[in-house]
Amino acid sequence: MKNQSVTNNIDWITVTIYIIMVILGWLNIYSSSLSSIEGETSIFDVTQIYGKQFLFILVSIPLIFTILAIDAKFYEKFSSIFYVLGLLSLAGLFVFGKTVKGQTNWYGFGSFSIQPAEFAKTTTALLLSKFLSDVQVNLKESQKQIQALGIIILPILLIAPNDPGSALIYTFLVLVLYREGLPSWYLWTGFVAIVLFIFALLLEPYVIILIALAVISFIYFKSRLIDRNWMMSGILLILISGYVFSVDYVFDNVFKQHHRDRFNILLGKEVDLKGVGYNTNQSEIAIGSGGWFGKGYLEGTQTKGGFVPEQHSDYIFTTVGEEWGFVGSIFIILLFVGLIIRIIYLSERQKTKFSRIYGYCVASILFIHFFVNIAMVIGIFPTIGVPLPFFSYGGSSLWGFTILLFIFLKMDANKVNEW
Amino acid sequence: MRKALFPTIIIIGALLLIARIFYLQIIDDSFKLKSDNNAIKIKYDYPERGYIYDRNGKLLVANQPSYDIMVIPRDVKKIDTTEFCDLLQITKEDFIKKIEKAKVYSPRLPSVFLAQLNKLEYAAFQEKQRKFDGFYIQKRSLRDYQVNYGANVFGFITQVNEGIINKNKYYKSGDLIGKQGVEQSYEEVLRGVKGVKHIQKDKYNRDIGSYKDGRYDTIAVQGKDIHLSIDGELQKYGEELMINKRGGIVAIEPKTGEILALVSAPSFDPALLVGRKRSKNFTALYNDSIAKPLYDRSLLAEYPPGSPFKILTGLIALQEGVIDTETGFVCHHGFSYARGRFMKCHDSGVSKLHNGYYNSCNTYFASVYMKTINKYLKPSDGVDVWSKHLKSFGLGEFMGYDLPTGRKGKVPTSKTYKKMYPGWGWDSKTIVSNSIGQGEVLMTPIQLANMMAAVANKGYYYTPHIIKSIKGDVIDKKFRTKHVTTIDRKHFEPVINGLYDVYNLGTARGLGVEGIEICGKTGTAENFSKINGKRVKLQDHSIFVAFAPRENPKIAIAVFVENGYWGARWAGPITSLMIEKYIKRKITRKDLEKRMLEGSLIPEYNKYLAKPVVDTLLKTKVDILPKSEMKKEDEEPIVTEQPIVG
Repeated sequence: MKNQSVTNNIDWITVTIYIIMVILGWLNIYSSSLSSIEGETSIFDVTQIYGKQFLFILVSIPLIFTILAIDAKFYEKFSSIFYVLGLLSLAGLFVFGKTVKGQTNWYGFGSFSIQPAEFAKTTTALLLSKFLSDVQVNLKESQKQIQALGIIILPILLIAPNDPGSALIYTFLVLVLYREGLPSWYLWTGFVAIVLFIFALLLEPYVIILIALAVISFIYFKSRLIDRNWMMSGILLILISGYVFSVDYVFDNVFKQHHRDRFNILLGKEVDLKGVGYNTNQSEIAIGSGGWFGKGYLEGTQTKGGFVPEQHSDYIFTTVGEEWGFVGSIFIILLFVGLIIRIIYLSERQKTKFSRIYGYCVASILFIHFFVNIAMVIGIFPTIGVPLPFFSYGGSSLWGFTILLFIFLKMDANKVNEW
Repeated sequence: MRKALFPTIIIIGALLLIARIFYLQIIDDSFKLKSDNNAIKIKYDYPERGYIYDRNGKLLVANQPSYDIMVIPRDVKKIDTTEFCDLLQITKEDFIKKIEKAKVYSPRLPSVFLAQLNKLEYAAFQEKQRKFDGFYIQKRSLRDYQVNYGANVFGFITQVNEGIINKNKYYKSGDLIGKQGVEQSYEEVLRGVKGVKHIQKDKYNRDIGSYKDGRYDTIAVQGKDIHLSIDGELQKYGEELMINKRGGIVAIEPKTGEILALVSAPSFDPALLVGRKRSKNFTALYNDSIAKPLYDRSLLAEYPPGSPFKILTGLIALQEGVIDTETGFVCHHGFSYARGRFMKCHDSGVSKLHNGYYNSCNTYFASVYMKTINKYLKPSDGVDVWSKHLKSFGLGEFMGYDLPTGRKGKVPTSKTYKKMYPGWGWDSKTIVSNSIGQGEVLMTPIQLANMMAAVANKGYYYTPHIIKSIKGDVIDKKFRTKHVTTIDRKHFEPVINGLYDVYNLGTARGLGVEGIEICGKTGTAENFSKINGKRVKLQDHSIFVAFAPRENPKIAIAVFVENGYWGARWAGPITSLMIEKYIKRKITRKDLEKRMLEGSLIPEYNKYLAKPVVDTLLKTKVDILPKSEMKKEDEEPIVTEQPIVG
């Protein structure tokens, strides 16, 4: 065992999908940025973003080997330290952060900048797994529930002021808690809260309260006499009313105008294709014009014209849609679904609780990015700046996801060994 | 259960995304178009429109550069608005309105600020252009009329409307298209094919190169020049003669079917429909519902043909063998064809074919017509044979000439009369008005002229056409195909003799031209109109048809003057002058010419109006009725008791 290479036992299916994604991402970044320059240049030209992406990919290789070379137990042991480091790096943004396009998410090192939130996902996942894998932790206990939620909420609190979109990503880790025994009413409450939130934006608060009253009364009178509880019903109604009004209040007074716009566009309340609706409209046009097989690589007119903003980063999927068409889009979606299902499959076969939970965290984080990103690009989700893993341009995001994934692959490769 | 939740969410989420992408890319196909609008600019290269020449090679219609002032609102800096407005003769309100309109379209794209400046306006503006940032001049090509006549022949150029854009993929908003006249019939020949360039744009609307290396680009094809069969001189003369009158003149070269002149009065200067005043002028002409200058009377006006129709009545009777040239009928100033029904005639004595024609004897032709119909046992069979003969002269159909408008006219058949007189028997007497062109038959001036061409050719004609040649192309085969009538050649000779003596002995005495043997026929047609709901008899129409010379005819002509009293008063002299002009190229009878040029029927037209209309655009000269020394000659208007249908 001493002379085994670091890649021994590694899950080659996952690695293959990873390599395909990274290369496809790079090719699409090339296509999406070619338009704004004169003439064709080499895809390796490091003065251009596709050249930089190539460098980022090159850097990931030693990164991967380093991760694989480190003993798997290391990640579990030091998870608390990583977590604290992650939080500190997020908190440090308030002091040393560099502001790009109105958001202070970056540490600048000359022409190079790094986004700590991309790495904090991994550290949070590690600590959460560590906490949940403790035999003494039972999520039926409310104290443990609070502790577990606290691990997730702390980074949210630090990220939300600068980047509410990324903060949303963490909430999806609740699914992991559910897998590990969190009572299901948490999920239901969350689900109802989301539905009520959308209704609150669409309808007048009084209308929703009336509907809630009707529904609660209906359930009340339908139930057996013995189950009727007017106190609980009353409290529920008051809670719902309070929630609806506070959504209204938060939406009107706490949200910034661009947040409100994003929701209004999605809900069809406002259409301003030149202004705030421009991104979504242009990305829908780009994807919609792709048809079955797309316009061909480097032939996308929307892409060449640079109509879609941020096309190399958050909107990279529009290039896929326009140039590769329905067939290409479906291929990418299936690639993601395959990767995530594969990770879940691998998690379920883990011998240790820690690595199983961590695998779930990896799958959830990848899924929420994949879903929110594409849903946003095709106009069924508000505009939230989250990258498409392995595709979107950016070193922090590529390395963040690479670290997240390969730590898990290392744990998986290690499963046959004794700890 | 807890294990299953996450994979379920993944599958549902992925399906949701796939469904939406399927909708965007496959079901909703509007994005393809939006994308093209967005990212590909199509630049058109408009070829110059073909020139139009007359039959003698005289240039009638050319092109002129026109200058549009374009504006890019974003680039408009502080300018001296007062100076600018004075220069272009617009008000300050106009200026603000136009800039606002351009801004709404796009602040950074050029819009037309002021269209179709002429050379002088252009020169004045160009001198000071540097003072006006954000404005520049775009050159375009417009029609340049070398002559002030022929508006109805040429038609005009206009911007395509939405209907055309939807029907014909070639045309895009802002394109020009020929409307009416030869501009419409030969649109595709004249316009050529515009070239297309596809240019890839970026989000700032800047050109970033040729789309797909010009794979879809095409090169413009020049429009072709055309030669019309019109004789410019004759057309001009015809229009001058028709000033202050309403009606039409059609002249045809019998041996080819080429239209030599196509006059519709009142007419207007074709240049009215070019340039900055186009829209205003067009509206004025369009809204003139009384003189109807845009209504081409030579092609569209269906009139009862009156006496010229007797030519066909006689020919058909000869062909059917019911008369010969010696068959005679006695006329006592009229003809009683039914109890209490009397057709007046100015003639008396015995009428045979020859004097029947030159005296235009109603009795003679009524009798001949009845014999023709009565040849068959049932009047319906007789009528159908008769209509068949008429149709062989191109009556009751569009004929297929190469001008975009027309009317069929009307040729009654047995069906017509079965519908008109249901239940009770009708016979040759009932429909005898047809014999003298006052029945159910309706003809347009071009049909009358074509009839004369067929008579001149003794039994055949070519479909009338206005095209003589298209550069590099032969004209349509249908214009080179002989149409033979159902009348045998030998029957034409006696009829032509009668028509010849119309000038020597008959109703057009004194209208002959020295040195030219003309064969013609006068006509006077009653007409009625509904005024305030009452049926009122209006002044008769004046009609004349002729061809000349008698041997080897060069021109066949029909002239129609609305409310022109009787045939020899207006239409006859005009016909004679037109023939003289075409054959001799100069007019010797200056007094007759002067009377016709200066004569006006405007007071006659105004009679029927509550308020006289002042036409500002129409070609009018003197608004007086000529002191006519011309006596009402031999012919009186035909009066029939039978109402005219149509």
